[in-house]
Amino acid sequence: MADDIELQITANSKYLCIVRMAAQKVAEIVGMSEKVCGEVSLAMEEALTNVIRHGYGGECDKPIIIKLHPIPANEKVAGGVEIEIRDYGKQVPPEEIEGRDLDDFRPGGLGIHIIKSVMDKVEYSCPLESGMLLRMIKYEPKMGFKPG
Amino acid sequence: MIDKYYPSSKVIRKVRRENQALVLELVGDIDMAGAVQFKGDLLEIVQEQPPLLVLEMSGVVFMDSSGLATLVELLQAVRDYAGELRLVGLQQRVRSILEISHLDKIFKVFDREAEALE
Repeated sequence: MADDIELQITANSKYLCIVRMAAQKVAEIVGMSEKVCGEVSLAMEEALTNVIRHGYGGECDKPIIIKLHPIPANEKVAGGVEIEIRDYGKQVPPEEIEGRDLDDFRPGGLGIHIIKSVMDKVEYSCPLESGMLLRMIKYEPKMGFKPG
Repeated sequence: MIDKYYPSSKVIRKVRRENQALVLELVGDIDMAGAVQFKGDLLEIVQEQPPLLVLEMSGVVFMDSSGLATLVELLQAVRDYAGELRLVGLQQRVRSILEISHLDKIFKVFDREAEALE
């Protein structure tokens, strides 16, 4: 798609700020609100953190490919951003990727819950060759419409 | 303890004493990239066991779940010696991650430092 922005980084946490800022900027360009732009940035950070920590087990020389696709406004939404994150690390059945119990007061384990809370669509899949593909979408709703 | 700057820290700008309280001025991004150093710096500071530890966070523009986990560990460390931790001046994005994680009910949050020091 002509408007796609594609980034490739190694799984090193020092590069996460670059990608989350890119995601935020795409959301801004589409015209999303400041609050929503922040949510897109946060979801990107959490998803990449999961790849580094769980997908690659901390190996910081492995590749992560990110695609950002601006979604133009239509009759239901004022715009949106679709994000794809592809890694080549450990595969996990998508049905096992769940957030934990929030009543359990302890550090860590909140990434999935945050992603699913702020994004409108979150879909994990296991490509045949290896790794995981995460596709997530955030919409800026128009008044009177609920994104779905 | 006199006011102390942390030039090697990307997050802790300054530590100062306000009567019995220790106030940490935090800035920038609290994220995975800086989590290890941030946690180490915090746990070193908390060894002094101040009765009241205040994190002045109006300069923090981003925090992810790694940063949140560090704050949870800090809260647990402070509770271990019966101290109190208070957060001040959270920007909306930082407040949001606490709310999403239901930790806004656990942490004591204030809009202004003067209120947190009362």
